[in-house]
Amino acid sequence: MPQVTYVSHTGTSTTLDVPLGTSVMQAATLHGLDGIVAECGGSCMCATCHVYVQEDQLAKCPEMELGEDAMLDGTASPRRPNSRLSCQLVMTPEMAGLVVTMPETQT
Amino acid sequence: MAIARVVIVGAGHGGFQVAASLRQNGFDGAVVLIGDEPHLPYQRPPLSKDYLDGKIGFDLLQMRPESFFADQRIELVSGSAVTAIDRAGKSVALDDGSRVAYDHLVLATGARNRVPPLPGIELDGVCYLRNLAETEALKERLAACRSAVVIGAGFIGLEFAAIARGKGVPVHIVELVDRVMARVVCPETSAYFGREHQRTGVEFSFGARVERIGGAGGKVEHVVLGDGRTLPADLVLISIGVLPNEGLAAAVGLAVENGIVVNEQLLTADPNISAIGDCASFPSRHSLRNPVRLEAVQNAADHARCVASRLVGKPHVYEALPWFWSEQGALRLQIAGLTTGFQQVVLRGDYDAGEYSAFCYAGDKLLGIESINKPADHAFARRLLAAGRGVSPAEAADPDFDLRAAAMARS
Repeated sequence: MPQVTYVSHTGTSTTLDVPLGTSVMQAATLHGLDGIVAECGGSCMCATCHVYVQEDQLAKCPEMELGEDAMLDGTASPRRPNSRLSCQLVMTPEMAGLVVTMPETQT
Repeated sequence: MAIARVVIVGAGHGGFQVAASLRQNGFDGAVVLIGDEPHLPYQRPPLSKDYLDGKIGFDLLQMRPESFFADQRIELVSGSAVTAIDRAGKSVALDDGSRVAYDHLVLATGARNRVPPLPGIELDGVCYLRNLAETEALKERLAACRSAVVIGAGFIGLEFAAIARGKGVPVHIVELVDRVMARVVCPETSAYFGREHQRTGVEFSFGARVERIGGAGGKVEHVVLGDGRTLPADLVLISIGVLPNEGLAAAVGLAVENGIVVNEQLLTADPNISAIGDCASFPSRHSLRNPVRLEAVQNAADHARCVASRLVGKPHVYEALPWFWSEQGALRLQIAGLTTGFQQVVLRGDYDAGEYSAFCYAGDKLLGIESINKPADHAFARRLLAAGRGVSPAEAADPDFDLRAAAMARS
């Protein structure tokens, strides 16, 4: 099963199995990981599942849709070029080994 | 005296978040989370959306896995109702007769469905949509439904209607006032949503009163309106809003007034009892009229964080910006701020194409922004309103006004 590594803003890493078709956000909340809030439950409505994707892996992620792009302007921590909403990062085989860093705050 | 034991009544979004945030803030004492439903704490918004539609299962509704509660030393008491508070003795009584002692008590008791006193309300086929059990029952009923009547055109009624129409089920919505979502959106947005639902085949009766629900053999068969019309139905969804669960507080002399009355730090008159979320009536700097009571995940979770912070010795005034959302078929509605009391609406964007925002004003004061299929505006609205800064009606009306630049510059 593909894996994703979540790095907290203090540098602690957790690697989780993420089934294909499951979002990076869903896997995090299912495992009780701190650092991803996902207040709206994954509807791209709240911008509280913000992550920074390792730069060289950005191209492996699904393309960003307009709604996500827009909501990223409302994140609590600064938006960067590698910012994504993890509810929109639905696992594909190409994304195996993805590393995401969680911002200092989501709310 | 330091707080060693926090008891939380209600394991919904607010209650769960108090427990989680206490641990995130380093609280080392006991945390007891008491919920009257038998399940692990779960998310409610998807119930009326993806869960009812069958797109996700319970695993994706859960706030956290079972192991989280043990790992975080959160004592989860599920399937237990709190029957009374003993303020002097600082404990709560459970329905099994046991007592749970507290140093601080957080009431996150939420709200319950308003049930209209209609003849026939007890018939099989009359459904609700607030908790998991109700949603399971509704889902099963919907699968075999030939004709549904919805009483109340609020978020829940409309979200249900969109899913039912998606399954090809005829839906008729009966609404007492003259437009959809009248309590929460401006008339322009009501008109747009009403039109779009009609386009997908939803029928409406506005300004209509239900006289009774009729049936045979204990099963619902039709709904009779005040004007004498009879609407066939084997499913009737009651979605006319909720009432705050304030009884526990009222029974021990705490003030209630459309919710449990709390101060700007969400504390009741008893320094050992807080109230949060749907059951709390609180003062908000974002509201023209105070106190307010809000029914929203954001409100519950942000209330929870505020209380958790106070309980670890970092008190602050609650001032988070309220925001709300609804998904109705392809329609996405996002609201930032509290628009109650607005006098003027400025539309920005393409109203007819359904990509617009409605800026709601009282005088020149921007109260809130409703964004329809316009998530960028919503993101900017949240930044602007949270910073307490406005956009003038003239700016909002000007297509050349750069909302993004305003939001980014001013936050």
